[in-house]
Amino acid sequence: MKVLTVIKRVEDPEIKVKIKGDGSGIETDQMKYVVNPFDEIAVEEALRVRDAHSGELIVACVGPKDATQQIRTALAMGANRGVHVVADKNLDPHNEVKALQKVVEKESPDLIILGKQSVDDDLGQVGALLAQQLGWSQISFTSKEESLEGPEEKGKQTALSIADGSLQALREVDGGVEVLKAKLPAVVTTELRLNVPRYASLPGIMKAKKKPIEELAAKDLLGDTSSIIKVIGMEAPPSRAAGIKVENIGELVEKLKNEAKVI
Amino acid sequence: MSNVLIFVEHAEGEVKKSSLAAVTFGQELAKVKGGELHLALIGSNLGEVVDQARKYGAAKVHTFDNACFENYQAESYTQALVAGAKASSATMVAGATTSSTKDLMPRVAGELEAAMASDVMAVVGANQFKRPMWAGDVIATVELATDTHIATVRATEFDDPAEGGESPVEAHDLNVDLSSLKTEFISIKQVKSERPDATSADVVVAGGRGLKAQENFKLIEDLADCLNGGVGASRAICDAGWVPNDLQIGQTGKVVAPNLYFAIGISGAIQHLAGMKGSKVIVAINKDPDAPIFQVSDYGLVADLFDVVPELISSLK
Repeated sequence: MKVLTVIKRVEDPEIKVKIKGDGSGIETDQMKYVVNPFDEIAVEEALRVRDAHSGELIVACVGPKDATQQIRTALAMGANRGVHVVADKNLDPHNEVKALQKVVEKESPDLIILGKQSVDDDLGQVGALLAQQLGWSQISFTSKEESLEGPEEKGKQTALSIADGSLQALREVDGGVEVLKAKLPAVVTTELRLNVPRYASLPGIMKAKKKPIEELAAKDLLGDTSSIIKVIGMEAPPSRAAGIKVENIGELVEKLKNEAKVI
Repeated sequence: MSNVLIFVEHAEGEVKKSSLAAVTFGQELAKVKGGELHLALIGSNLGEVVDQARKYGAAKVHTFDNACFENYQAESYTQALVAGAKASSATMVAGATTSSTKDLMPRVAGELEAAMASDVMAVVGANQFKRPMWAGDVIATVELATDTHIATVRATEFDDPAEGGESPVEAHDLNVDLSSLKTEFISIKQVKSERPDATSADVVVAGGRGLKAQENFKLIEDLADCLNGGVGASRAICDAGWVPNDLQIGQTGKVVAPNLYFAIGISGAIQHLAGMKGSKVIVAINKDPDAPIFQVSDYGLVADLFDVVPELISSLK
């Protein structure tokens, strides 16, 4: 089983981003970058699939030169090798998918696992678009019903059941859960509640330094990488006026009734 | 023609509330583009939902009514929407942001070689839209640089649509052979709830880790029931399996904007705030006076929720 996982380098979601004065982008001074949290879940699930079915896990990333750090993180978690499509900056979904198609052509994986969205642009388009462009089956928002704090999770079992050239998985939908069965090769995107990603161990980090990362240039693969989703301005969301503290329930109910008039 | 096609979702014979907001977006955008509004309904035995969809003055309601569309499936619904887009000469295909459209619209974008704006909050121009980035810390204006455009629409940002002249119906005879699809639908398990959905309720009561144990979520439900409200949850207790993930409010869960939002035992991580800070009035109950939730709440009460929530329930009864 050859598994490909796709990661993205994003701003640390624990840090509140600041918009540049002219609205042209965000401040990047002293910014910390991480693996997109949904993609970390994808790497974890991909490791479990690889370990259950034996084979190889390749981690692919389309992004700037510095994204090597994030690829190393995935290698330290246990991925076998990396493919880095180097671009000046993160690309839009349309261009990222075109670059990934080139990687898929070369590697022919059986399964691609990636996060359902990245926490920078919050577009959430790459998984489904990649499946459509490849003509592969697709299961978005894979999840599991068991608690992430329960014994099943500690056993690091994959939630994706793979047999006889098909993959069956649970996916979250509004108002419930759905079970789909996808013919391989397939594209799977991950929800938050699929697994708890492992931390890279010290030996894992040491080993990752020696694992190969193949570098390809986005401009060689794609030619024109100009975005079809142009960000022409950024502004801060309307801020909420500071509220008050109430002393007790009596005061709260009184305020909700007579001041806010919402009950 | 620069027409707009809105994918209208429905359940139990009714147009979903979130899709009504998408129709409003469609009405607004059609005006800006100087084109017509078209609606697409996909399903099996559509029945009276067609009459409801005819009320909003659309140039046409396109129906795809066939047994093959009984269950939502990305591949079959893509075929229907692409056929609908062609039949309506649409240069924008959009729907409310839902689990189906998040799965579906990027595929439609691929088929139509279209750029897509996700979770649109406002129409700025014919090809310019406002949308959130970085969990809503940034509101970006984006321009879609293709001939055809795709969007998902954040339902809480648009009101119900104005009614208009009765729309004619064009029934499309499309039958997708489900055995030809690469992904097979096996089953769906719907969580039936007597309570209103958090995305459409006037009052939402949400609970977090401060509840300490799964069984204490009943406090949240009891308070919601007093106010005829919906319930929600923080990511932490969804991950813990106390409640279905479907209740999660936040950047990656549901975005809600009720008149009144209770955050109980929720610290207020950025990701949670992204899903509820559009609420009109926010009440926070937390025993940690430094919890970030108090920075966005209109009324904050620093207290042990196990003392004060029962008191709140009895004072509302």
